[in-house]
Amino acid sequence: MGVAFVTPAMILLLLFLAYPLILGIWLGFTNALVGRKGEFIGLGNYISLLKDALFWKVTYFTFLYTIAAVFFKLLLGFALAIVLNRDFRAKGFVRATVLLPWIIPTVLSAICFWWLFDTTFSGITWVLIKAGLISHKIDYLGDPLNAQICLIIANVWRGIPFFTIGLLAGLQTINPTLYEAASIDGAGGWYRFRHVTLPLVSPLLAVVTTFSAIWTFADFQLIWVITKGGPANATHLYGTLSFQRAIPGGQFGEGAAISAFILPVLVVCVLICYKYMRREE
Amino acid sequence: MRERWVEKFIKFYLPLLVFLFVLLFPFYWMFITAFKSDGELYNLKLNPFLIHEPTLHNVIMLFKETLFNQWMVNTFFVSILATLLSLGASLLAAYSIQRLRFRTSGTIGISIFFGYLVPPTILFIPLATIIFELKLWDSLWSLVLVYPTFLIPFCTWLLMGYFKSIPKEMEECAMIDGASRFRVFWQIVVPLALPGILSAGIFAFTLSWNEFLYALTFISTNTQKTVPVGLITELVRGDVYHWGPLMTGALLASVPVALVYSFFVEHYVAGMTGALKE
Repeated sequence: MGVAFVTPAMILLLLFLAYPLILGIWLGFTNALVGRKGEFIGLGNYISLLKDALFWKVTYFTFLYTIAAVFFKLLLGFALAIVLNRDFRAKGFVRATVLLPWIIPTVLSAICFWWLFDTTFSGITWVLIKAGLISHKIDYLGDPLNAQICLIIANVWRGIPFFTIGLLAGLQTINPTLYEAASIDGAGGWYRFRHVTLPLVSPLLAVVTTFSAIWTFADFQLIWVITKGGPANATHLYGTLSFQRAIPGGQFGEGAAISAFILPVLVVCVLICYKYMRREE
Repeated sequence: MRERWVEKFIKFYLPLLVFLFVLLFPFYWMFITAFKSDGELYNLKLNPFLIHEPTLHNVIMLFKETLFNQWMVNTFFVSILATLLSLGASLLAAYSIQRLRFRTSGTIGISIFFGYLVPPTILFIPLATIIFELKLWDSLWSLVLVYPTFLIPFCTWLLMGYFKSIPKEMEECAMIDGASRFRVFWQIVVPLALPGILSAGIFAFTLSWNEFLYALTFISTNTQKTVPVGLITELVRGDVYHWGPLMTGALLASVPVALVYSFFVEHYVAGMTGALKE
């Protein structure tokens, strides 16, 4: 009986999740093209990737993007959660507003950032020039380093609400008497945060961070809309490079091999989540 | 202990205002761009943060010269069907994992959840070959079938947490009175779990509405595109960007999600935090 109930979900997941996962690993060992099965070529795709300077450039940016974006999302998201963790008028309204960047389709907010990072017509440039802080226009997306920073900013903007709302739920479960007890013992603000707040939310913090890490590492939308991997391939992630090679480029085998580099990180994230969720039970 | 006003301002209002400004500014930028004419948009002498002569030109162009209408209909079609399909499958799965404990139910529960972590960037190439084999290439049905791969794990996990909070006794009473398992499920469990189902449904709908990579990969005909894909591929041609209509499209396409969200914000937040804490 139980098995029958779970069957529809299992069929869909086996056919469109588990099977493609394995098929993808297999494709990485073939020279498949669009509409052509391809033959087994062993580590061919991987060897040519590892010899390719472009692949290393992409690897560098994928890690830089993930580490920098997750770090700032965590820092700012946690800060905002602490700010919001108190009673004030319009509390519900403010929390709902804070979540907006997270719920609005990423592609659509990415379009907005793209326009905001326009060299000539950016509102940011206009303000900076009026304030006398810069004299020349900033080439936001034409310069490799600038483009990398801009994408990280856009990603942080979009991800802050997830951390805030997730951590806020954890903060609200902390018993206020713990803070009172700590205060009576003479603990200051930082001490209370370090020895009461942090230990109590750390399991949730680990899960939220892990989720965010895998999503950021395997990101696609923001990059594809704002820079398409440019300038000079400085902002490609594994996901966008894999798409570029496989869909417009037609190289399914090579694309699958690039995607396969996301797998180890996924496995680590799954293990971390598993460990913390087990402990919760 | 009452904080002094200045202290409260520095510790609370000031950071709150800065955060709100940063988080909301892009929406303001989107909004004002949508109602500007090209002439105004590209006039560097004007203050870019104000609308000097509001115009509906962009809205008209979006509806008259692109298939925006059709894209919206397509997105609704895919989102609603994928949501219903996933909700049905997840309800049954969550109930059976949580209540009808069978030998492997624990393992299945955990593995379904981890399915949620598998990113589309790993799956889209092999899925493309599968969709091709199934002759669903360039069809909206491909998306209806593929979206459940990320919707089912999420919904199942959320509903499992919900079923855990519903007492078993009512079901047991009904069973003693001779109701079948399916009747118990349909007439007792589903009505009791309605808030949970609503949370899961809202989440699934917004996740489907936002999906981009699969839609970009599987769909190439203009009339079959979803809104995010349509805007990006049809309003950006080479080096010609139609910023006005692009922003208008982004704004209008965000409306359904924002509406669903604003009506059910409590369910949304409960769903998000519930799924994390479980």
